Amino acid sequence: MREKELNILKDYKYGFTTDIESVKAPKGLNQEVIRFISNIKKEPQWLLEWRLKAFERLKALKEPDWQKPKYPKIDYQDLYYYSAPKSFKEKPNSLDDLDPKLLDTYKKLGIPLQEQKRLNGIAVDAVFDSVSVATTFKEKLTEKGIIFCSISEAVQKYPELVKKYLGTVIPITDHYFATLNSAVFTDGSFVYIPPNIRCPMELSTYFRINASDTGQFERTLIIADKGSYVSYLEGCTAPMRDENQLHAANVELIALDDAEIKYSTVQNWYPGDKDGKGGIYNFVTKRGLCKGKNSKISWTQVETGSAITWKYPSCILQGDNSIGEFYSIAITNNHQKADTGTKMIHLGKNTKSKIISKGISAGLSDMTYRGLVDISSRANNSRNYTQCDSLLMGNKCGAHTIPYIKNKNLESNIEHEATTSKISEDQLHYCQQRGLNQEEAVGLIVNGFCKEVLQQLPMEFAVEAQKLVGISLEGSVG
Amino acid sequence: MLKINNLNAKIDKKIILNNFSLNINPGEVHAIMGPNGSGKSTLSNILSGKKGYDVTGEILYENKNLFELETEERAHKGIFLAFQYPLEIPGVNTNIFLKTSLNAIRRANGEKELDAIEFLNLVKEKAKNLKFEEEKLNRQLNVGFSGGEKKKNEILQMSILNPKLSILDETDSGLDIDALRIVADGVNSLRKKNNSFLIITHYQRLLDYIKPDFVHVLINGKIIKSGGPELALELEKKGYENFN
Repeated sequence: MREKELNILKDYKYGFTTDIESVKAPKGLNQEVIRFISNIKKEPQWLLEWRLKAFERLKALKEPDWQKPKYPKIDYQDLYYYSAPKSFKEKPNSLDDLDPKLLDTYKKLGIPLQEQKRLNGIAVDAVFDSVSVATTFKEKLTEKGIIFCSISEAVQKYPELVKKYLGTVIPITDHYFATLNSAVFTDGSFVYIPPNIRCPMELSTYFRINASDTGQFERTLIIADKGSYVSYLEGCTAPMRDENQLHAANVELIALDDAEIKYSTVQNWYPGDKDGKGGIYNFVTKRGLCKGKNSKISWTQVETGSAITWKYPSCILQGDNSIGEFYSIAITNNHQKADTGTKMIHLGKNTKSKIISKGISAGLSDMTYRGLVDISSRANNSRNYTQCDSLLMGNKCGAHTIPYIKNKNLESNIEHEATTSKISEDQLHYCQQRGLNQEEAVGLIVNGFCKEVLQQLPMEFAVEAQKLVGISLEGSVG
Repeated sequence: MLKINNLNAKIDKKIILNNFSLNINPGEVHAIMGPNGSGKSTLSNILSGKKGYDVTGEILYENKNLFELETEERAHKGIFLAFQYPLEIPGVNTNIFLKTSLNAIRRANGEKELDAIEFLNLVKEKAKNLKFEEEKLNRQLNVGFSGGEKKKNEILQMSILNPKLSILDETDSGLDIDALRIVADGVNSLRKKNNSFLIITHYQRLLDYIKPDFVHVLINGKIIKSGGPELALELEKKGYENFN
C-alpha cells in the first residue's frame, strides 16, 4: 500500500500535455527562422539586426564543455525555435479571448490567471511555449508607472527602454547558450520600476514548455530605476516527454542607484523518469548588474527539476557599496545532474556579497557547486562570505564543491566555509519513532538543512517550496 | 500489553538475543539489567522498529503482531523509545520537532491537532516540571546540547507524548545526580495504571528513584533470572561476572 502511494507521489505532477494546435517556425536554426520569429513579432529593424549579429557570432562559438554533467550532442537543426498556440496568431485582448484549454492548463498548474484570483496579490505573466499569454494586474501596476509585460510587448511599446538595456548585462557575444538565446529568443517578461517606487506586489512569471521538439528561449529584462524595489518570482514546469528538451533562457537584471531587486526561482522542470529518460536541459544564463551605488541584487533559487541544471545566477557589483546575494537550494534525485552556483564580481568600493548554497543529492544523481568570487584591485574594503553545504542521501550519489576565489585587493576579505553531511538511517529512525512517516522525516530533515535559504523566499512561495523539497526526495530513502 | 515469546535476533549471523521472552502488563515497571553486549540495546531497537536485524519469534503488543507495524505506526499506538544516543537534527527547531511529532501521533489517532498556542502552553508546563530551560526549546534539535540535556529532552518528549509503553534505553548513563532525580521524577509522574515502562540500565542507581515491579538479568541475549527490586541490589553487590 505504502509502496503504491509512493509511486503515485513520485510521478511528476505537472507532466500533462495540452492538446492545442500550434503555429511553429520550420525546424532548424538559420537566418530564415530568425527572420520568421522577428517578423511574426513585428519587431523593429534594429532588433532583427541584433538577432542576426548574435547568430553570426554564434557560428564562431562552440558549446562549452567544462561542466561536470555531460550530455549527448544536441542537434540544433532538429529543434523548433518558435511555437505558439494557434489562437495566438491574433494576440488576445483579454483573458476572455484565450483558448479555454490554455486557461485550463494554467488552472491545473495553480497559476492565478483568472480575475477571481486577484486576491492572491501576485501579478503573473505566463509564458506558454514561446508566447506570453496574459499579464494580470496590469492596471494596478500602471497606476504606479510600473511596466510589467511580455518582452514582445515591451519591444512594441517601450522600444527605447528595451534598446537601452537589452544585452547590457549579458552581451550577445557572451557564450554559446547566451548568444543562441539572443538570436532566437521568443518571449519572456519585461519589468521596469520607475524611480523611488516600491512595487506593491510580487511579480511573477510562469514558464511552460508544451510542444514537443521545442526549445524554450525566453528573455527576461528587469530594470529597477533609482531608489526602487521589486521582488520577482519565476516558476517553471513542463510535460513529461521521452526526449530531452532544451531550455536556454537569459535573464538580465539592472539595479540603478539605491535600487533593490529580489529575484526568486522555483524551478520544477520535468526531471526525466526514474531511469533518467527525458527531462529538460536547463542551461540558463542569469546575471544582475548592480550598476548604481548602494544597489542590491539578491538571487534565491530552489532548483528541484530538470535532467541537467547548469546555471550560475551572478552579480556584477559595479556601484560603490552595492550588495550581491545568492541563496540556493539544489536537489537532484534519480539520474538528475546539476552544476550550479554563482559569480560575484566585485568592481566597486565597499561592495559585499553573500553566498549560501545548499545542495542535496539522492539516488544516482550528481551535484556540483561551482562559484567564483572575484574582487578587483579597485574594490577596496569589499567582503564576501560563502557557505556551501552538501547533503547526501544514500551512497550512490555525488556532491562536489568547486570554489574559485580571486582577490586582487589587500583591503578586502573573503571567507569560505563548506560542509558535507549525510542523512543517517539513525536520524530517520529517530523521527519515525516520534510518529513521522519516512517522507515526513526526510522532509523535516531536509527542510532543516535548507532553512536559511527557504527563509529568503516570499511567504507564499516558501510554503510551496517546502512541499516541493519533500516531494522531490520522496522514495529516495529505504 | 507486551508479550515477547522466544525472540531470536541475529545481526550478520551473530546471535544477539536468544530465546528471549518477557511479559509486561499494563501499569507495570520492568527493569532489564545486563553487562555490555548482553543484547539490551538490540531489544529496544527491535521493539522500536529499527531495521537490520534478522528476527524470529513473536512480539505481541496489545495482542497485535508488532512486526506488522511500521516504526511510526508503533509510535502512533503508544510505544516510545528514549534513545541511548538521541540524534541531532540541524536546522530543525526543537519546539517544531516536538509539535510535528505530537500532531502526527494525534492525527493518526483521529484526535484534533494542537495549534501553536495550545502546544506552547503544554510544552511550557512540561518543560518547567523537568527544569528544562525554555530557551533550549528554540534551539536546533539536540544540536549543541550536553549529554544530560539530550537525555532530559527525551524525557520531555516522553511526557508530552504520554505513551502507553515507554522504553528507556540507558537513560541514566551520563546523568549527574540532580539530572538523574529529575528524569526519575518525570518517569514517576507518568506512572499510571495503564502506562508501562521498560527500563534498560547497567546500574542499580536509577532504580533507587524509580521503583520497578520486576527486575530481569540479561546475559548473552537471555534472561537468566527475574525477581523483584531486591534482585538489582544483589546484582550490584555480586557483579555480573559472578552472578548465576
